[in-house]
Amino acid sequence: MTAPFGRRLCEVAANRESGGYRVVSLLDREGPAPEPGQFYMLAAAAGWGARDGRAFLPRAISVAETSPAAGGGARLDFLLDAIGPGTERLCGLVPGEEVWLTGPLGNTFASPREVVPDAAGAVLVGGGVGVAPLALLRKRFSEHGVPHRVLLGFRDRVHQGGLDLFCGSSGALCPEVRLATEDGHAGVQGRVTDLLLPILAGDDAASGVVYTCGPPAMLEAVRALCAEHGVACELALESPMACGFGACFGCAVPTPGGGFLRLCVDGPVLRGDQVEEVSHAYA
Amino acid sequence: MPELCGIELETPVINASGTYDAIAARETFGDALLEDFPFAAFVSKTITPEARAGNAPRRIWETPAGMINSIGLPNKGLDGFLAADLPRLAELPVPLIVSIMATTREDFARCLERVAARREVAAIELNISCPNVHSGLIVGENPNETEALMDALRGLTEKPLIVKLTPNTADPAAVAAGAERGGADAVSLINTLKATAVDPATGEPALGNGYGGLSGPAVRPVALEQLRSVRAAVGLPIIGMGGISSGADAAEFLALGAAVVAVGTESFRDPRAGSRVATELESSLLSERSTVPALDLD
Repeated sequence: MTAPFGRRLCEVAANRESGGYRVVSLLDREGPAPEPGQFYMLAAAAGWGARDGRAFLPRAISVAETSPAAGGGARLDFLLDAIGPGTERLCGLVPGEEVWLTGPLGNTFASPREVVPDAAGAVLVGGGVGVAPLALLRKRFSEHGVPHRVLLGFRDRVHQGGLDLFCGSSGALCPEVRLATEDGHAGVQGRVTDLLLPILAGDDAASGVVYTCGPPAMLEAVRALCAEHGVACELALESPMACGFGACFGCAVPTPGGGFLRLCVDGPVLRGDQVEEVSHAYA
Repeated sequence: MPELCGIELETPVINASGTYDAIAARETFGDALLEDFPFAAFVSKTITPEARAGNAPRRIWETPAGMINSIGLPNKGLDGFLAADLPRLAELPVPLIVSIMATTREDFARCLERVAARREVAAIELNISCPNVHSGLIVGENPNETEALMDALRGLTEKPLIVKLTPNTADPAAVAAGAERGGADAVSLINTLKATAVDPATGEPALGNGYGGLSGPAVRPVALEQLRSVRAAVGLPIIGMGGISSGADAAEFLALGAAVVAVGTESFRDPRAGSRVATELESSLLSERSTVPALDLD
């Protein structure tokens, strides 16, 4: 599947609070529906660059939820944390405003059986605003009857959000979802890897595939734990990225054999064995 | 119809080397890229004699109205380029200009001969200016070095040779004059300006390589002045670039005597920026009023 060529203007349909984050919904009248893990390059049509000449580049944001839009096209939901001039502007979008959008870009997660031929199920491990692509992945797994568990970790109340994306129609968190928070305000006090470790240590761990997205330190911990326990994993990485379509070569991720992958076109989803070490330097 | 060194162009807008990977873009956007190709000619990333992996991350840093890149010329090397990339670039619907760089005259000559021998290649751009690797600075900073390199290369091909000037030198016009004396067919400017950034989270240089090159609208006034001074010094056609993000920007470069303009960083923000700039340029009042014709010294 290819993306429409070029950027296009999309209308902001909604912007709602989701814990300490925002969920911004755009109406994409032209593009195909994205797959879990794929991302878009986003820039507000107005007021981009308003803070001392920044934001200048569009921001690569993975899609957290999508559905057919009334009137045609797709509604795209993005989970956003305001951490700089770009995400602050995107978090401040109001319905009716327009956003420049390019995408969907990048690859998608493989199904457990594409990763391990006799895989029995999946474990989704998310942290912080990185839970976004796992929300769409969980939805796909539910639709396709793929057994899965979801482990989500957050630092504290402020750095927590997107849980509504993991709720069923009743509004309650889906039963397969477990939480860990570092300050203990919800779920188990500790880190998401504390929830993952007993699963990886189980007898049937090797028949599962781990899918993970989150901050670099968490990703590296998950990658290393999976490698140690012989469990296959796929990581959705983030990297400084100017273009999203292979032009800038900015999003280089070192590979174990030397050399680099371009995260935008070779990822953003990479197998654990494609990554040497997830580092803050590029993630 | 605009032309550059005898190469006819549909519009006066091409791309800056290293800012568009047409092969990756085709995989991302499909054949729509070919049907509506954004540039009137395509300039490849710089090819070096041997393959290069590129610099360690972090490679890019956003700045006010621009960005610093420290990419480090990753490429497949001469053999890999000729075997794998050139046939695919030849499928583009526009003339192909291949950018090359080497650290010795012998390697430069080898790259030039093998690239120029390929029928698919319309012209060659000599990168003597890339500030991301140490080798490029020496020749491009010095008029005599530049002239000597051109003397060594000029006889190897009849195809147009475009010298990409570095802005990171005291007198780019003198270097341009050296290129002209050595037989260059055109010069292109500007390359990125040497720049660095500090990561506020660590207090350390933000880029893996310590420094990089600044591009984007922030550099446009610098580019215009270098264009003006080079225009005054040489009679060669000039490919002008540096922060062009609209037709109005492009018109300023044409007004100062550029024959052709190149779009670079803006393509990162808008994959079809080249087409947009060309369309805007057509309807630009400044362009219509311009009395400075593109020079044709052929």
